[in-house]
Amino acid sequence: MFGLKGDWSLEVKDRYFTLEDYSGAEPRWCTGCGDHGILAAVHRVCRDSQIKPEKTVAVSGIGCSSRLPHYMNTYGFHGLHGRALPVACGVKSRRPDLDVWVATGDGDCFSIGAAHWLYALRYNMDITMLVFDNGIYGLTKKQTSPTTPMDVPTNTHPSGALLPPLNPLTVTLGVNNISFVAQIVDWNAPLRHEVIKMAHEHKGTSFVRIIQRCPVYVESIGKRLQDEPARMQLLTHENGVQVDDNVKRLFPNHAEHDPSDLAAARALAQDESVLPLGILYHNPDAPRYDIMSSVGLDMSVDEKLAGMNQALDNFAI
Amino acid sequence: MSKLQVKGETKYLFKRDKMWWVKIAVPKPLRGVLGHDLRKSLHTHDLEEAREARWEVAEELRAIIENAHNEQESKSADQDSEMAEIEVAPPLETAGAQQVNEYIVEVVSDSGEGAQKCGQILGLVSGKMGNGVWTVEIIPAEIQPPARERQGASGIRVRMGSKVVTNMGNEADMVVAFNEQVLYSRIGNGAYKKGTVVLLENMWAEDPEEKIREQYKDALADFSAQGLIVHELPIQKECLKLVPDPRKGKNMFVLGMLCRIFARDTETAKNEIAKIFKKKSDKVIKINHDLFDAGYAFAQENLDYAFAISTAEEDRMESPIVINGNTAAGLGVMAAGIELVAMYPITPATSASHYLAEDFHLTGGFVHQAEDEIAAIGFAIGASYAGKTACTITSGPGMALKTEMIGLAVMAEIPLVIIDVQRGGPSTGLPTKVEQGDLLASLYGAAGDAPKIVIAATTISECFHFVVMARKLAESFRTPVIMLTDANLATGVQPIERPDVTDEWFAPPLDQSAWDKEVAPYNWDETSGLSERPIPGMRGGEYILTGLAHNRNSKIAYDSASNQEGMNMRSRKLAALGATMKPPEIHGDPTGDLLIVGWGSTLGAIEEAVDLARAQGKKVSSVHLRFLSPLEPGLKKIFSGFKKVMTIEINYSDDLKSPLITAENRRYSQLALVLRAHTLMDIDCWSMVPGHPLQPGTIGKVIEANLTETEGAAACSA
Repeated sequence: MFGLKGDWSLEVKDRYFTLEDYSGAEPRWCTGCGDHGILAAVHRVCRDSQIKPEKTVAVSGIGCSSRLPHYMNTYGFHGLHGRALPVACGVKSRRPDLDVWVATGDGDCFSIGAAHWLYALRYNMDITMLVFDNGIYGLTKKQTSPTTPMDVPTNTHPSGALLPPLNPLTVTLGVNNISFVAQIVDWNAPLRHEVIKMAHEHKGTSFVRIIQRCPVYVESIGKRLQDEPARMQLLTHENGVQVDDNVKRLFPNHAEHDPSDLAAARALAQDESVLPLGILYHNPDAPRYDIMSSVGLDMSVDEKLAGMNQALDNFAI
Repeated sequence: MSKLQVKGETKYLFKRDKMWWVKIAVPKPLRGVLGHDLRKSLHTHDLEEAREARWEVAEELRAIIENAHNEQESKSADQDSEMAEIEVAPPLETAGAQQVNEYIVEVVSDSGEGAQKCGQILGLVSGKMGNGVWTVEIIPAEIQPPARERQGASGIRVRMGSKVVTNMGNEADMVVAFNEQVLYSRIGNGAYKKGTVVLLENMWAEDPEEKIREQYKDALADFSAQGLIVHELPIQKECLKLVPDPRKGKNMFVLGMLCRIFARDTETAKNEIAKIFKKKSDKVIKINHDLFDAGYAFAQENLDYAFAISTAEEDRMESPIVINGNTAAGLGVMAAGIELVAMYPITPATSASHYLAEDFHLTGGFVHQAEDEIAAIGFAIGASYAGKTACTITSGPGMALKTEMIGLAVMAEIPLVIIDVQRGGPSTGLPTKVEQGDLLASLYGAAGDAPKIVIAATTISECFHFVVMARKLAESFRTPVIMLTDANLATGVQPIERPDVTDEWFAPPLDQSAWDKEVAPYNWDETSGLSERPIPGMRGGEYILTGLAHNRNSKIAYDSASNQEGMNMRSRKLAALGATMKPPEIHGDPTGDLLIVGWGSTLGAIEEAVDLARAQGKKVSSVHLRFLSPLEPGLKKIFSGFKKVMTIEINYSDDLKSPLITAENRRYSQLALVLRAHTLMDIDCWSMVPGHPLQPGTIGKVIEANLTETEGAAACSA
């Protein structure tokens, strides 16, 4: 609520936001769904950064993940299936003062919205993009998603998916102008919090793939990882995510990885025998489209009128 | 034309020791400095090679002369130069010219030969001289269709008049054709009449290919048989004197010819040429100016056609600007204070965004080229939601892709301006050609009931002003507004009165004041359906916008009453807007035998045809609709004053004379269908999809036929 400034004087903020200030309606996700934890992390990161709720916009598409805005007490936009990213980019393009979050899922982002996924990465606008990847279409009741493992029977593929799953990390890391790529699992709260916090602090599009449990339709996906932590590998580096030793101890595999090393990140993503967790890639200097597209915001009415007349002059006789 | 044959095929060339050289004479005053002539070897024995290479070398030598001349001139004040190569623009000559009130000229060529550029400048110059002008482009679907192919015809029509010209007119009076085959495609479109003057490139008569020579010969006989007055002109040959490849540049020669024929102001024309090539070198500008001058001189010496088109003082605009409909829409976006246009390339809409990409920064705007049509409208919706009402510009196929997003904007009440520059459909259809085929899709093309405002610009001026209106309507009624224009308006160039833009046209500054928490985000007014919207950044206004059915608090509606209320409120907004509108004006008497109802770009052609028919004593009037949703009020009353009411549109309808078609199963044109449902009156229609704008003459025949039909018929009854 207040703190000491550099000159030892007392700083009193006129508004201090608690978790409650960011919390909207009561979540209607299933019991045991990984989304609850992600939502809690988002609330906490908002609270910790003290961003104004009225300056925060949570944008989503359609799916279980995309219910997230309703559980925020900020501005929100729950739009069309697959189309969260264009809307979010549009918000940011002429309102760079707003803090924009995107909640999307494996179907929403990697399937119906795949073009926008690649392009949002290219645009690299300052947006925090959380992909809730549970490997299944939940809201429409158990259809194969791009990341459904082949041995999981679904209502559209009762004998299992016909094709090997899409690897979102290799695709993402293959796009030019990416600036922040991370992967976490929903059930490790400290890692989850630290990575989402870093993603939020990053200036550019932060892509966070969150392996998220759906206990109702595909319990096996999360369970397999929880039962065998050796299937995961924690990425460590002084420029990566920092977690306590007791968190590190949960992961038998560690790999030292410099987030500025794109080739190494791609190699990690390519190796599907073990799931890398942490920051795969971070480049704070990639060009940002929100800066390019927000030109002219400071123009006065008189300047605009003068510009208008100049434009008309070009066609005058 | 014997004079033309004087200069042979060895211009500038001479031979020494079996080697070809270029020689250029030095003007007398410079001979003391440069000698009698300048020479340079081309290092070739081959005449063909020498012919190819000579132009560049000649240019080089001329530059030396030019430099020496400039130096000498700066030294002495003596202006009396005797330089042979200095060209002076001929003075404007109108003496002996035939006075006409209007004239239609076309230039047709293979694609890439610049016929359109030629016509555009002619139109621009005419506009600047105070004439009424309408130009319409003839655009093939491919960028580079094969040469001399009928379907590949590329060109332009320019209709110049003493008074304001509102449409492309009927048959052309004159056409300049770069080959005879492209002329066939225009003949097929009924573009010419008996007596139309054809100025035809004659190079094909001596083509190395026998087939081409034959085609040319046959065509000449054919054209004459059709009553066209053909003049064969050595355009290529003349241009070769100045440029090695007249495919680029012939158009400027022809422009020079036309400027002579119509006594156009050469200074203005040359300024426009310089503007076009401003990004290229001065050399390029000069060579095009030279071609222009050569064409002018050629016409002066060899052609007997000379026309003067006077300007009507009463029609003179105070401060005209000359633009096409897409540029007008782009300027309208700027004048509306819109800051963002999100688009995806699609013909014939893209040129509006091209224009904005050039000038949008002048009013602080940004053009976003999105990854696809859906993303384009999504991006615009995002900006609009955040308080910066944005615009997306597209054409029919793009509209189809945007449909779901338009539904979202209706459902969530997001202000948005959507400009649809219509082309022929369905599917990819006629990408470059006009149709009024998107009316029903705009009105009803969405899942569920998605009421929105739909307006249609009828003139180039309205392409500008309607964007300003569209933004205001979008924000006042918290809804998307679809503004329909079409390929005819998009590429039609016309002088219009310069809009007097004021800051009141601009979007108001972003409101970030606090929102009263007690006021719901959809605080619908029962009588109008209207509500104010909270904008992100407003403290206390936080809400979650959703495309799901929702109640006043923007909470997902799980109950039937909320869904019904939302539907009622969104629809009521249209009724509220309709209640503020006046009935449309009737062009002509308020009662009579026949009423023509139109919408969009056909305004000029319909009114011209109606005026002509009325001048002949026929009891015909017309009404043109700008608002299609909500429809303008009082239509039923207006319609009941006429024995027969029919729409004329450029979209599909079944012809009653076609096999299987009956009065019962007939599919009506789009506005007719809407009006029949709206008024329960037996409204007829005449429509066609020719891929070109409707001509007054065609409409005149329709009027004639329908007046004969209605003779003695009872008034059209409800």
